[in-house]
Amino acid sequence: MKARVFVTLKNGVLDPQGKAIHHALEGLGFGGVNDVRAGKLIELDLAEGTSDAQIEDMCRKLLANTVIENFRIERMEPAQG
Amino acid sequence: MNSAVIVFPGSNCDRDLAVALEQVTGRKPAMVWHKDSELPDGIDFIGVPGGFSYGDYLRSGAMAARSPVMRAVKDAAARGVPVIGICNGFQVLTEAGMLPGALMRNARLSFVCREVPLRVENSQSLFTAQYDSGEEISFPVAHHDGNYQADEGTLDRLEGEGRVAFRYLDSVNGSARDIAGILNDAGNVLGLMPHPERVIEPAHGGTDGRRLFEGLLETVNA
Repeated sequence: MKARVFVTLKNGVLDPQGKAIHHALEGLGFGGVNDVRAGKLIELDLAEGTSDAQIEDMCRKLLANTVIENFRIERMEPAQG
Repeated sequence: MNSAVIVFPGSNCDRDLAVALEQVTGRKPAMVWHKDSELPDGIDFIGVPGGFSYGDYLRSGAMAARSPVMRAVKDAAARGVPVIGICNGFQVLTEAGMLPGALMRNARLSFVCREVPLRVENSQSLFTAQYDSGEEISFPVAHHDGNYQADEGTLDRLEGEGRVAFRYLDSVNGSARDIAGILNDAGNVLGLMPHPERVIEPAHGGTDGRRLFEGLLETVNA
């Protein structure tokens, strides 16, 4: 089974990369972009039966720095049939 | 003083730190590889050097902080052994939870590599005893992720407890309250982005960093 972990900066944490992307979009003439926040997507290929708690543990111990980052786990169930 | 310098794949200031320690203490430090799970016996001081450990993958210092040797470093720090983390070493110590806060990408996104003026905010620590409180000194910086951030409560506590050891005199990287270096609550762990080991002899263009190691030597030998 696979899972995706989205790591994003917490609200209120300044995101210099997001700001730079925002500037670049404006430079290309894209108006109407109110804000940009950049994060990471980590795809995990896991043994069957890996629990949510185990994935959360991975996030807390390594994948996210919870001082500045939030994480969200999305399980990708295998296609049926 | 018997010192140890931790070496990760991608460390690049380990030799500079070793030279500084040997010049000041008269003894070669033990170079300890990241996969070692124990430090040599009788180590009085541990240096976590600058560089780009593990290529800064995931986050600066994140991989190094979880390497086997860091458990031994944490145990030693808990016993009161002084530990300094310089630049990437500071990032490693925050990632390892040995110092509060985090070091983020510089606010203007550019790599900063120059001499920066600093103020010694606390001259009572193990590491700063040879400086005067409020003294202005100059160390070089060379980093991309030196933007120190922590929540307001943590910042207030650091300030209130005299745990801001060094502060930038101007804005170098966007750090909250221009913090350049902090101490842990026991006072035996220092993390700082600037490089004291690069200013220990006149040929380096300055000697302001030398007193950090001399002060530490004096305290450890006392």
